[in-house]
Amino acid sequence: MYQHWVLTALLAWPVVGAMVVVLAPPSWAKHLALACSLVEFVISIPMWWTFVPSEGMQFQFDAAWMPAWGIRYTVGVDGISLFLVLLTTLLVPLTVLGSYAYITTRERAYYALLLVLTSGMVGVFVSLDLFLFYVMWEVMLIPMYFIIGVWGGEQRLYAAIKFFVYTFFGSLLMLLAILALVHLVEQKTGIYSFSYEHLMSGLGDLGPVAYWLFGAFFLAFAIKVPVFPFHTWLPDAHTEAPTAGSVILAGILLKMGTYGFLRFAFPFFPTVAQHPAIQTTIVGLSLIGIIYGGLVALVQPDFKRLVAYSSVAHLGFVMLGIWALTVQSVQGALLVMISHGISTGALFFIIGMLYERRHSRLITSYGGIARVVPMLAAVLTVVSLSSIGLPGTNGFTGEFLVLLGAFQTHPVAATVATLGVIVAAAYLLWALQRLIYNPLDKPENEKLLDLTPRELAVLLPLLACILWIGVYPKPFLERMEPAAQRFITTVKR
Amino acid sequence: MTLDLSVSRDLLVALLPELVLTAWGMVLLLVVAARHRTAGDRRLAGWITLAAVVSTAGVAFWLWWNSAQAVGIAAMIAVDDFRFVTDWLFLGTAALTVLLSFDYLEREQLRAPEYYVLILFATLGMMLMSAGEDLMVIFLGLEVMSVAVYVLAGINRRNPGSAEAALKYFLLGAFATAFLLYGIALTFGATGTTNLTLIGAQIATQPLAHNTMLLIGLGMLLIGFGFKVAAVPFHMWAPDVYDGAPTPVTGFMAAGVKAAAFAALFRILTEGFAGVAAWHHILAALAAATMIAGNFIALAQRTVKRMLAYSSVAHAGYLLVAVSAGARPGGGGGGAFVFYLLAYTLTTLAAFALLAAKGRDGERDVLIDDFAGLATRRPWLAAALAVCMLSLLGFPGTAGFIGKWYILLAATGAGQGLLAVLLVLTSVVSAGYYLPVVMAMYMKAEPAADAHAAVRLGRLSGAVVAAAIAGLLVFGVQPSRLLDLARTSGKSVRAPNAEPSTPPPPPTAAVPAQSGEAGR
Repeated sequence: MYQHWVLTALLAWPVVGAMVVVLAPPSWAKHLALACSLVEFVISIPMWWTFVPSEGMQFQFDAAWMPAWGIRYTVGVDGISLFLVLLTTLLVPLTVLGSYAYITTRERAYYALLLVLTSGMVGVFVSLDLFLFYVMWEVMLIPMYFIIGVWGGEQRLYAAIKFFVYTFFGSLLMLLAILALVHLVEQKTGIYSFSYEHLMSGLGDLGPVAYWLFGAFFLAFAIKVPVFPFHTWLPDAHTEAPTAGSVILAGILLKMGTYGFLRFAFPFFPTVAQHPAIQTTIVGLSLIGIIYGGLVALVQPDFKRLVAYSSVAHLGFVMLGIWALTVQSVQGALLVMISHGISTGALFFIIGMLYERRHSRLITSYGGIARVVPMLAAVLTVVSLSSIGLPGTNGFTGEFLVLLGAFQTHPVAATVATLGVIVAAAYLLWALQRLIYNPLDKPENEKLLDLTPRELAVLLPLLACILWIGVYPKPFLERMEPAAQRFITTVKR
Repeated sequence: MTLDLSVSRDLLVALLPELVLTAWGMVLLLVVAARHRTAGDRRLAGWITLAAVVSTAGVAFWLWWNSAQAVGIAAMIAVDDFRFVTDWLFLGTAALTVLLSFDYLEREQLRAPEYYVLILFATLGMMLMSAGEDLMVIFLGLEVMSVAVYVLAGINRRNPGSAEAALKYFLLGAFATAFLLYGIALTFGATGTTNLTLIGAQIATQPLAHNTMLLIGLGMLLIGFGFKVAAVPFHMWAPDVYDGAPTPVTGFMAAGVKAAAFAALFRILTEGFAGVAAWHHILAALAAATMIAGNFIALAQRTVKRMLAYSSVAHAGYLLVAVSAGARPGGGGGGAFVFYLLAYTLTTLAAFALLAAKGRDGERDVLIDDFAGLATRRPWLAAALAVCMLSLLGFPGTAGFIGKWYILLAATGAGQGLLAVLLVLTSVVSAGYYLPVVMAMYMKAEPAADAHAAVRLGRLSGAVVAAAIAGLLVFGVQPSRLLDLARTSGKSVRAPNAEPSTPPPPPTAAVPAQSGEAGR
């Protein structure tokens, strides 16, 4: 039973919750939203145990939507999407809790949008019908646009429209590619359908047109990831968004791009994706992302922007892991996707907490605050170390696997990427030093408050995940491995 | 029900919707002549108009329900689903316009009950245009519609902008009509007939596809219709006229008039000129130019009304893609075109109604930034306008998206990949002028505490807008029924030499899941 309704419940429940939040009195909004997102998380937890790693798509549910047009409501998850769904349901209650003090205006609208966004994000990861996928992909754009544009920082209008137009541009081209794909498969099989399975089985060799279609998919996903040089929307959007927006952007939205590559672009067009020139280009762009993202992060005076650029670097590892095409590297990529969501999410939370105290994101506004706020400093240190990839934390496991796998197929690239880890250590440790160590020379920092219980409640689950994945990643890896294996066999057929 | 149009009784049955509407128009004229002094009189005229529209729609529905079909020799009018569905579209546009006008006319002190008569006759003209199986009938319909709309555009005599709009519209419209008429004459010269079916048959059986006279005639026809639908480069009149006309009339023009011209164009190209490939490239070029110019010029507009005017030019471009894909042999018919018209009409009417609510005697000058902070003061109104903007943008969850999706489907299916790419790219550009409206409403602060105190929708207008928004959202999520209706009606217009197909299935019939060609 649970198998059938869980995904639909995960999709429908936040929408119901959003309606309740909108209609309830404003002062209840945040509590209702928290309760609602916690229920969502609880609904999703049993998936962890009921998931059978050796099987492919699970928790499937299928119903007619627009049958005459080959469009159905089909959902399901496998080892690739399971963790992304769980990451989403885990992060959302934390972002709600993290917004308690930060959001003071139009609370109902804010929390309702956050819940609708949850639906859209889960929808992207579970859709097995390309029409449904496209709708979900676009639907989550609007709540995010409003969250950045209404509750963001000073440059929020610019950041919001840039975010919207970039994503919209890519996704419309993808829509066109989807339509063309469905049309081509119809000519081959005689069946007009947007079903993922049908398209996968009926695709065959498309010839030169596959390059164009891959290009459209690539653009949509590469903008989302973001792959260098499509990354320029990211620093603006991340920096201007309110804390919850940044956490969700970094934690989940970016993963939609890499998920898209794993689920659609690569399996649909394996010959194109493995064409030597294209492969080299994409690996090259990932390396540029890793190194360039790190170097630009190094010189950012604004801590939030620094973390935003570090995302470009981390996602470069994911792209490298996917394109290295070994079971280990793909598993590593999947793990980096999860751990980046956790570590960077935690970093953005901490930045938000600092900002609420001092109303500044500049690194130079702080210094030596470890003496005033020891708990916050300790947590920040642990999270930063995990973001750098220190052994024993989640960041290490994923990136190590990516490098290990990539070394077998792309030794040079793996070597260059290793440098990226060093750059990451440089920008984060230097920032840490200037933020929390050094002398305490600003009088306004002397009265900072340490973490409140509410803030601890936001950070502790993330800290637990950081250590869990770092020390004992086996439960994750054993659920990912068959999926990674299947991905490799599919694309190398 | 089969109707032999050479029998006068059957012909009368086939013409019943038009006849009913004409009769109502006469009645309304008499009523208005007798009573036109008080506001109550004007309201009475409005309600009579509504009754006329509803009863005509009922008659059209009766014909559709009995699946009326014409048999026998080629006649002056067509009896097919396309005609009925477009009739509903025109009648619906008229009804919504009338409902919006109640408040508007009183507020703007437009004491002219002829207003409603003119709307009735304009609607009659539109119905004749989509029903016309003969170029002369189409021309007559076009004239009936245009003359009525020329007057409607200038109905606000005290406003010089309105007068300018009417004069400009009249002069350029007359100019375009001359092209159209000349085109009809040349077509007649080449084929010896003005009947579309016979033209199609002549072209199919005789080597006329490269006949110079016919080609020139076709070109003239395209220019004439290009003016009417405001396709670039024949769009120059549109922004000024839309800008100057009273706002409900602008909505009526942007939705109804344009839809009628498109419907006639679609029928002419499909039934008459399917055998002539010359228009494929012309129409594609027109569509490309219209999408590019419309979207980019709209980007530069500061006032909402002009922005919406150019946006309607851009949408004419999208519709041209649908017509050009649908009217090609094997292009899948006009389903995409019909559905898009429905979605676009709903959105446009709602958008203009909301604009009329903001602009107190002078919506000409409402800037996009004048909407700043509307969301805090009038949350429902702002939400409605935001939905309209997203639907115009073609965002999932709204009918506008399904419409655009259907056009892209038709275009990729008809092998017009480049036009599809262009449509997509220009849609991205359109985000640059639709989103600022949303942005102003939600993300900018109210300039003064009472900046939006006067913004209010009347009860009727509010109901119209609410219904339109509900329709946009419902058809955005569950459009199956409407898609089926659009498809069958779009397919009912076909080239005469195509083998007669079986009567279309009733639209409620369940179609087997994932069935092959049913999806097209």
